[in-house]
Amino acid sequence: MNKSTPSLWKATFAIVRKDLAAEFRSFELVSAMLVFSLLVIIIFNFALELDIKVREAANAGILWTTFAFAGTLGLNRSMSVEKDRGCMDGLLLAPVDRSAIYFGKALSNLAFMFIVEAIVIPMYSMLYNVNLFRIDLLVVILLGSIGYAAVGTLLAAMSVQTRMREVLLPILLFPVAIPVLLAAVKCSSGLLAGDPFSDILTPFNLLLVYDIIFIAIAFMTFDFVVEE
Amino acid sequence: MQPRPIGLKILDVVTIIVLAISAYLALFFAPTEKVMGEVQRVFYFHIGTAWVGLLGFVIAAIAGIAYLVSKNMLWDRFEVAAVEVSTVFFFITIVLGSIWARPAWNTWWTWDPRLTTAAITELIYIAYFMLRQGIEEPEKRARFGAVYTLLGGISAPITFMVIRLFRTIHPVVIGSANGTQEKMSMSGDMKIAFFFALFAFTVIFVDMIWHRLRLSALEEKVESLKLNASM
Amino acid sequence: MIQVKKLVKRFGLKTILRGLDFSVAQGEFVALLGPNGAGKTTFLRILASLSRPSLGEVRIAGHRLPHDAAQVRAKLGVVSHMPLLYPDLTAEENLQFYARMYGIDGMDARITEVLDLVGLERRRKDLVRAFSRGMQQRLAIGRAVIHNPEVMLFDEPYTGLDQDASEMLDEVLRSVAAKGRTVVMTSHDLVRAEELATRFDILSRGVITASAARADLKQTNLLSFYKQSLES
Repeated sequence: MNKSTPSLWKATFAIVRKDLAAEFRSFELVSAMLVFSLLVIIIFNFALELDIKVREAANAGILWTTFAFAGTLGLNRSMSVEKDRGCMDGLLLAPVDRSAIYFGKALSNLAFMFIVEAIVIPMYSMLYNVNLFRIDLLVVILLGSIGYAAVGTLLAAMSVQTRMREVLLPILLFPVAIPVLLAAVKCSSGLLAGDPFSDILTPFNLLLVYDIIFIAIAFMTFDFVVEE
Repeated sequence: MQPRPIGLKILDVVTIIVLAISAYLALFFAPTEKVMGEVQRVFYFHIGTAWVGLLGFVIAAIAGIAYLVSKNMLWDRFEVAAVEVSTVFFFITIVLGSIWARPAWNTWWTWDPRLTTAAITELIYIAYFMLRQGIEEPEKRARFGAVYTLLGGISAPITFMVIRLFRTIHPVVIGSANGTQEKMSMSGDMKIAFFFALFAFTVIFVDMIWHRLRLSALEEKVESLKLNASM
Repeated sequence: MIQVKKLVKRFGLKTILRGLDFSVAQGEFVALLGPNGAGKTTFLRILASLSRPSLGEVRIAGHRLPHDAAQVRAKLGVVSHMPLLYPDLTAEENLQFYARMYGIDGMDARITEVLDLVGLERRRKDLVRAFSRGMQQRLAIGRAVIHNPEVMLFDEPYTGLDQDASEMLDEVLRSVAAKGRTVVMTSHDLVRAEELATRFDILSRGVITASAARADLKQTNLLSFYKQSLES
């Protein structure tokens, strides 16, 4: 038997692989996120009395609210799995860089968000007769989800270690994730209204900037969140 | 109980004096604004509190970084002091702004970028206190607090930039205003009241931070006395 | 193999470890005994590189903690009272995951070897969720030795196990310890400790107050030694 300290990427993908394998066995997390998403969409439908005119303006907002709410559910669960059985210690005991743990968990969380989005988007398109399958819109959804998962993973790692646990995550996450959500809404609604891409360039750039800055910060501070 | 250090005593007196002078300048000395009338006078304290509110949040983020680098608990106390004092001042800013907005914009509240960002910033720091509350261990509390002030300190300006994509009606005080925005023009006496308010609130801010730091030190002393008594 | 000098650990104002000195030679099996709240778990977490010392020096296999944590981690196997396993994965998948995290080549052969060692070869493809507490704990030991560590740390490994499961665990722990490995185990179960350990250290109020080798304990039994050490 040979052993060598695994590279950052090998360790990262080992974590992602483990998370996905567990998820594909139980579908606990994704199904919870999905059902929750549907409920949010249905509640919005009645709460906002979505007639065609209102709906066109509100589509982007509803989509992102849904993704954000379902996202917190997934973030909480995926971190609790590590915390509850001491598995976080198992990860920390491995001779890998802490950023591998961060990137691994962030990528798994992102994957869960993508799976949910991949189901919600066609469903939403069907329910409200709006075409969401556009490459530019999908890019915006990709970037928005990346930013959200990047901060969310860091904050979920913090909140599971507090007394309030799951309750605290949305309270911590929403105010600091507002820029990414609003920029994503602005881009999405612009695209859905048929504006040319040049019109949404400012929010699009802000989305990119947010992603880059917050991935960098989360990467640098994750150590402080898991060390003792 | 230790007596207040002499420097703090002096600063307390100075604080009261500058606050009184600033109030006099704002309420009596500065001329009444032509369009707005008397209500415009809240503006001086509004700006004063907003300035120290923002200053405190910037200081907190810097203290947070300093803590993470040095692991010196002094920085943590500094960070808490700054956030606590600033959260209160920022709340006052929002209230004063509302008082001004009622006659000016005919509404207590509007979803303008500055107002919305202010509200979100306030929520970030309320979340900060909830986070700290849920952690027993002082070092962990300090680490998490530092990371969160850092995130908050960086997300707040981005929030502002994003919300500004929706249009604004808030007057621009310093710097250039674009066509749709009103620009507040100040006479010489107004400027005196304005800059003195900035100065006065900076002094008040320093005084309160000092008190808060002292309070933290005393709290810690009480804790350690309790701990020794229980041993 | 393990040298600890003047170790202090504080949590805020509370001092848990107060200048603890401790050393273990290669191949020793040290049982760390003491009442609840004496600092056993805190001490073991520091040795495991999961917690940083406030003051003092910790060396494991020649590497300093927390500075050389990565090198130490590669040589360290930890079993705690929590299994550190994922219930939605099979025994094999759990071991595969940890094998990848330790960068082990020839993973499958090693996993077979380890499952044999802990007597779970037949349950290879079963979900950990379906395992009894005792089986989970045995698999946890398998997980901890997957990278063939030189030093092993056991933190209350018998917590929540019944008599049968404890006896089975004894065997596994003994075979794990047999290969010249250095072991430190915390326990408040004196009977188990007496069966396994070659040396007994008493940790009380944050320092080691007494230490006795198995040979020295022939006349007196462990219980009276333990009681005497705590009283003094």
